[in-house]
Amino acid sequence: MSEIAVESFPRIRTGAKVRPVTQDAPVTRYLLIATTLVFSLTFLFAPLALVFVEAAAKGFSVFLEAFSEPDAIAAIKLTLLVAAIAVPANLVFGLAAAWSIAKFSFPGKSLLITLIDLPFSVSPVVSGLVYVLVFGAQGLFGKWLSAHGTQVIFAVPGIVLATIFVTFPFVARELIPLMQEQGTVEEEAALTLGASGFTTFVTVTLPNIKWGLLYGVLLCNARAMGEFGAVSVVSGHIRGLTNTIPLQVEILYNEYNTVAAFALSVLLASLALVTLGIKSFLEWRHADALAAGGGRH
Amino acid sequence: MTSPTLAGRHARRFKAPSVIPGFGVTFGYTLLYLGLVVLFPLATLVWRSSGLGLSGLYQIALEPRVAASLQTTFAVSFLAAGIDLFFGLIAAWTLTRYQFPGRRLLDAFVDLPFALPTAVAGISLAALYAPNGWFGAPLADLGVKIAFTRWGILVALVFIGLPFVVRTVQPIIAELETELEEASATLGASRLQTVVRVLLPPLVPALLTGFALAFARGVGEYGSVIFISGNIAYVSEIAPLLIIEKLEQYDYAGATGIATIMLAISFVALLVINLIQAWSRKRFGHV
Amino acid sequence: MHRGRGKFCGLFRALAVAGAFGVFGGFSAQAAQSLLNVSYDPTRELYKQINPAFAAYWKSKTGEAIEVQASHSGSGAQARAVIDGLNADVVTLALAADIDAIATKTGKIPADWQRRLPNNSSPYTSTIVFLVRKGNPKAIKDWDDLAKPGVAVITPNPKTSGGARWNFLGAWGYGLEKFKGDEAKTKAFVKAIYKNAPVLDTGARGSTITFAQRGLGDVLIAWENEAFLALKEFGPDKFEIVAPKRSVLAEPPVAVVDANADGKGNKKAAEAYLEFLYTPGAQALIAKNFYRPAHPEFATKEDLAKLPKIEFFTVDKTFGGWAAAQKKFFADGGVFDDIQTQEPAK
Repeated sequence: MSEIAVESFPRIRTGAKVRPVTQDAPVTRYLLIATTLVFSLTFLFAPLALVFVEAAAKGFSVFLEAFSEPDAIAAIKLTLLVAAIAVPANLVFGLAAAWSIAKFSFPGKSLLITLIDLPFSVSPVVSGLVYVLVFGAQGLFGKWLSAHGTQVIFAVPGIVLATIFVTFPFVARELIPLMQEQGTVEEEAALTLGASGFTTFVTVTLPNIKWGLLYGVLLCNARAMGEFGAVSVVSGHIRGLTNTIPLQVEILYNEYNTVAAFALSVLLASLALVTLGIKSFLEWRHADALAAGGGRH
Repeated sequence: MTSPTLAGRHARRFKAPSVIPGFGVTFGYTLLYLGLVVLFPLATLVWRSSGLGLSGLYQIALEPRVAASLQTTFAVSFLAAGIDLFFGLIAAWTLTRYQFPGRRLLDAFVDLPFALPTAVAGISLAALYAPNGWFGAPLADLGVKIAFTRWGILVALVFIGLPFVVRTVQPIIAELETELEEASATLGASRLQTVVRVLLPPLVPALLTGFALAFARGVGEYGSVIFISGNIAYVSEIAPLLIIEKLEQYDYAGATGIATIMLAISFVALLVINLIQAWSRKRFGHV
Repeated sequence: MHRGRGKFCGLFRALAVAGAFGVFGGFSAQAAQSLLNVSYDPTRELYKQINPAFAAYWKSKTGEAIEVQASHSGSGAQARAVIDGLNADVVTLALAADIDAIATKTGKIPADWQRRLPNNSSPYTSTIVFLVRKGNPKAIKDWDDLAKPGVAVITPNPKTSGGARWNFLGAWGYGLEKFKGDEAKTKAFVKAIYKNAPVLDTGARGSTITFAQRGLGDVLIAWENEAFLALKEFGPDKFEIVAPKRSVLAEPPVAVVDANADGKGNKKAAEAYLEFLYTPGAQALIAKNFYRPAHPEFATKEDLAKLPKIEFFTVDKTFGGWAAAQKKFFADGGVFDDIQTQEPAK
């Protein structure tokens, strides 16, 4: 007993190195690592590898050609535009929702969180359909919209709306648990010391949540650019006009243009990888920030 | 960063009116935005199916084909979420607790299903598991068929749901305090006992959330599934496909009916999970 | 707090505006007069060639530049999109029933639309044939061979795919003739074919890919032009086309969506576009893309020689029109559901 206790002291100080009691036996460790590796290789890495292999099947120049197609360029532009609107919209919402849910107490909180989660569980087919029911010519506002000559679905606004719906929970979902965990003590201290609400948010809350916030934004962005089902329903599939990258991928694939289809997929997959690279970098920075923060307290 | 004392004070503060400003604005905006973007369109969906009445909905759910597809959808999603739960926990543990070459890369791959368009995922999975694919060919030699069967749906849903489990569990594992493990070991518990009695309980709410999100996502999934499922009625037909079939006949009431049924089930599942979460947060403090 | 959000908002609004500028800037560069043709899946290659040809023709005739935009997806989904407000000037779909649906649900097309252009408004026709693996290892000659045990048949799902409905009707029409109008025997025959289907893809292209790229099945039931296209894409050394003795005559119709075209000031161009489809140049392109032209005299001999001789029956004569066929076979509780119901779980 006492031996173990004595041994555990230097461990706390030095961090990772040797940790008999809190570390699993080597057999367990290797078994778990092997399981993780095999599982990720078959389920995550293999599909991605296939995308890259197919894209490179006919050589690099053919791969590059896929990006000079006017329709592909239009799809890339549209995708960027949609993400540039949807992500900030959900970012602002995520901050507001997390602030009100994490920093205050009110009844029905679980219900509210569930409603925020709901778009995760709505079938993409349905997420598109609901906007058709609201804005379609036969829908709720159809008559009014067509009388005013406004097109919502089968045009950019509809695609943006469907994307916002699908990526709705990402930022909020990332921030709520984080801010709940951090509590309100630091903000209260700042406010007591005379800081304004805004100053408190910027100088106290934001630094605490910035990495979580960025991570949420990155995920939201990746999903916004990759959404297929919902956008497919409201897009109208007009070539060079209302096709986003995922829709263009489907078109190319259906035209037996496998290389170009997978080349555009590589673009989205690379986006995912870049996103993840940034995230790893942030976590690395985060570790420093954590250490510094720990020192400050 | 988070200490129990902080959470404790936090919990006490909740009862009293807060000095923190901005509740009205942020709460109001949250409700407004949620209402406009999510609730209003979904309400339109429910309203469109309301012509059927409750008995009409019930009847749609009982149509043999609809019933079979709902059963397939929910059963396979449940199974897939279970598989994600098991392997997701292992992956989250390995990625957080161990150092090994390639860990960062592996960690990065976990988010891939979020970013890859579902159609691309479906196409690649179908290509991998088809009888002439990288995995399908050797499996076919063993007499195992994955693509174009129910197993195909399972594979797609496991892929889609994995990040939800890993990403909800990972931060909690990172926050686990090693003091507890040390205390447990000091008191003579075996490693297994420590894992089961000390480490696992605080992970349960996160695991449940991850499971619920993976399950909910699986229920609705369409793009990646149709490429690999085979879409045979009564065998491998998923509920979202039936919505498309109903629309194909201009049967909006039927389509919105199935959508409403799915929405209701998912909503209840998520709500139950979030209530469990809230309860455990109160009970365990900060988890 | 809200000043904070205001700052964020401002930043992102700027971003969004910049993005919007980039994209719309891109759009406006090509904004001459434009015509939207909403079509179904297998016509992509055809209209890719027709559209620039029409633009050149229109330029030479009127001196005006025009761009034809194309939208392709499943025929039913496209009809629904037009009903829900997709601003199509012309629709070129797989079934008359889909255009009928637009006419009755929106009134944007007059009910007698099919009489406005020659050949029931079908500038091209097609039929259903079989694609088999090279050497025809299962010796598939006609519809009978599809019902034999041990033959794996690839066909899309008639509930979601227009092309699949033609496949079904092809088999049914053949059965009716063979069993001298005995519906029960025909049903058993068609059921045997669908029992041989391991996969029902949601669309015709999906089935072609399943058959050609995934290597599933012994025979693909497909549009004639799809079969030829697959032959061209994947190589004649891999597959061959088998023409049944009798098959269904598919008449994909076209129509101007009057209300939309009027609204956009495109009526003349839209009408000219559809009439252009019947001109010698377009008819030759049609034959080149493996459709059967309404005016075979305008096509080259080689293109026509590729199309096999098949005895046709029509949906109107054999099934009493599309509305009746749709209701009897493909609606919920129809014959197709029935065929599948009796075969619960493997």
